[in-house]
Amino acid sequence: MTTYSRQPRRGGLRRGEAASGWLFTAPMIILLGLFLVIPVLMALWVSFSDWGGRGSPFSGSVNFVGFKNYSTLLSGGGLAEQDFGTALKNNAWYVVLVVPLQTALALFLAVMVNRQILRGRGFFRTAFYFPSVTSSVAITVLWLFLFNSTGAVNKALSYLGVVGPNWFNDPAGIFHFGATSGPAFLEKSTALGVPLWDWIGGPSVAMFALILLAVFTTSGTFMLLFVAALQNLGGDIQEAAMMDGATGWQRFWRVTLPQLRPTLFTVLTLGLIGCWQVFDQIYTGTQGGPAKTTMTPAYLSYTSSFVNQSWGQGAAIAFILFVIIVFFTLFQRWVLRERAVSKRRMRQYTVATTAATSTPVAPAMAAGAAADTGEENER
Amino acid sequence: MQRRTRWFTAGALAIAGALALTACGSGFSGNSSGGSTSNGLTKSSKPLTVLIGSSGDAETKAVDSAVADWSSSSGTKATVTVASNLAQQLSQGFSSGKPADVFYLSTDQLAGFASNGSLLAYGDKLANKSDFYPSLVQSFTYNGKFYCAPKDFSTLGLIINTDMWKAAGLTDADIPTTWAQLETVAKKLTTPKHVGLAIGGEYARIGAFMTQAGGNLMNATSTKATADTPENVAGLTEVKKLLNAGTLKYAKDVGAGWGGEAFGKGLAAMTIEGNWITGAMSTDFPSVKYQIAELPAGPAGKGTLQFTNCWGIAADSPNQTAALKLVEKLTSASDQLAFSKAFGPMPSIKSAAAEWKTANPMLVPFLNGADYAKGVPTAKGSADVVTDFNSKLESLATSDPKTILAAEQTNLEALVK
Repeated sequence: MTTYSRQPRRGGLRRGEAASGWLFTAPMIILLGLFLVIPVLMALWVSFSDWGGRGSPFSGSVNFVGFKNYSTLLSGGGLAEQDFGTALKNNAWYVVLVVPLQTALALFLAVMVNRQILRGRGFFRTAFYFPSVTSSVAITVLWLFLFNSTGAVNKALSYLGVVGPNWFNDPAGIFHFGATSGPAFLEKSTALGVPLWDWIGGPSVAMFALILLAVFTTSGTFMLLFVAALQNLGGDIQEAAMMDGATGWQRFWRVTLPQLRPTLFTVLTLGLIGCWQVFDQIYTGTQGGPAKTTMTPAYLSYTSSFVNQSWGQGAAIAFILFVIIVFFTLFQRWVLRERAVSKRRMRQYTVATTAATSTPVAPAMAAGAAADTGEENER
Repeated sequence: MQRRTRWFTAGALAIAGALALTACGSGFSGNSSGGSTSNGLTKSSKPLTVLIGSSGDAETKAVDSAVADWSSSSGTKATVTVASNLAQQLSQGFSSGKPADVFYLSTDQLAGFASNGSLLAYGDKLANKSDFYPSLVQSFTYNGKFYCAPKDFSTLGLIINTDMWKAAGLTDADIPTTWAQLETVAKKLTTPKHVGLAIGGEYARIGAFMTQAGGNLMNATSTKATADTPENVAGLTEVKKLLNAGTLKYAKDVGAGWGGEAFGKGLAAMTIEGNWITGAMSTDFPSVKYQIAELPAGPAGKGTLQFTNCWGIAADSPNQTAALKLVEKLTSASDQLAFSKAFGPMPSIKSAAAEWKTANPMLVPFLNGADYAKGVPTAKGSADVVTDFNSKLESLATSDPKTILAAEQTNLEALVK
């Protein structure tokens, strides 16, 4: 407040500035308001109404129904709940597998193409980034051909003596390992209308092919973010660590990775949001099949609105998805927050530093390296 | 404090301005049908828009020329638009209050659009109403009102690869007329190279077995769930039996997208498909010789499923009178026979049957099916249940038909409550 109070309230030389400020931002505010804020608010209203898809959702014949649409989805006990549960299950496994895999792969590729000794770095960078700039529809179609039951992937597997699955038509959960039915207590107890046995079954073989697709396409994008971050890191810390005798492995985990924390957060967040919203691949590729194992909340929201005319439910799914994404983003922020060095690790340094009579030690250094310097100082 | 109020005012202004802009679009007017009305139908000089979901160039051209003919004789302008995603484009039209006047409408969408009031129930005003097959009229009746004129229809038949048939030493006398005979020929036709019978693993094919046993998912008017009847169990059990014998396989399990593809590629000696297979065979697999037979009878006699679309007219159309005239012309015998010639479906009116049979001697079994064909459920939300049913049918070989049907019974009962 104090910083602003120095400015004259009104009048004076800067009189017109606020007005022109608003004027310059107005186009964007109007565009965002018109195409983002208002539609979102309208959808929120629809999710609480019985609007059937004809005419305005604000007309007199549309009624407020409270949380009816939400309760049908979350505790209705009918097909709507089962479908929503199945969609959540599918997408949860998708997220659980895609986000870590694509982040790890992106980081690995970034470290590789960032190495000074690698010849033709530009070529590799372009090659890895290429899938990201190709349209997702084109890649999905390519994937459908590759993972056909008689496609290239199964052909390649056959050279290894493996009979490949009928990828996009196989609804079996990969963590069921071929078992068709589970123990009774897992089959009987359900969450959101879906038996626990199905929840723990992992993604279906078909979904797994889509997981590979997502990792293949998005790791290039995130590689680029990591490369940018890596190039911003100063070489001096690396050198210092090298001088202290840290191995390449230690330098990566103890020096490079901690410095990449902000980028890591960005990549994980973007990956998480993208994964919960997966739609294109389902719409163009599998339409939710086989046996609904590639149905995702985003796709379910589309079909319940446009195909079934259950617009309220479709909008409600979208908002539940919104809450899920916000929750996981906050959770991730909490996990990746800057933390004080833990007591256990601190103890390692204190042992070394007391021996070294108050020599300042870079906290990023490995404990062993710290002990070495301490000895040198004693001499 | 003052900053905050100013922010608030600015935000409110922005939202109000944007709201005003949306209102200017006039997209959300409650009732946009202008003009005078005669016998409950709107009438004006506005041109008509026709929205179709086309199977290809042949269909687009045929509809285009039929509509153009009507346009020049009636003096009302009409344009045909091909939708890339019919359900989505219809929904957008209805919610904006400016829908297409006349459009294709499938049986599973009827209930959704009829219940929110988007459709004009004009069936009883049709001059040729009594000419339509009654079972088709039933498919487009919702809440006791005949909504729209059936455009055309298809039934399922047994498609047989004649070369494989002869190679297995079978003759015309062996064409199966009962389930037992079907089992026998399917076994004879199964070789290491191809399976006897390949079908899509979904209700739209397997359901035929349920009707042959005397059942179906819902009753004829889609007002009562009849999924868990012993008849349906018998139908599914028969399919399960064939699956486990290895003489019947789902198309996807032989690496094909649908039954027609499996059949055309020679992966199966027989398949169960509808009229549309003739188009695919002539364009994609012209060298395969085949013949068409009626589906074998089950314990309750002959049975097949029929699929149909209708010409919907929008409740918000400003010129319903002209739209009705157009639909009457498009469902006339001459137009339907022209459509049939161009892209294959069967005329939805009885008066065109004889001529159609002489024109298509090979396809007669499909039209014979019209006598005993049953429709798919049309209750609101039944498409979802069918999808769910399909997902369970994929594992029919290893699961219990009774359990599957009991689950669908519960789902269907929830719809008609």
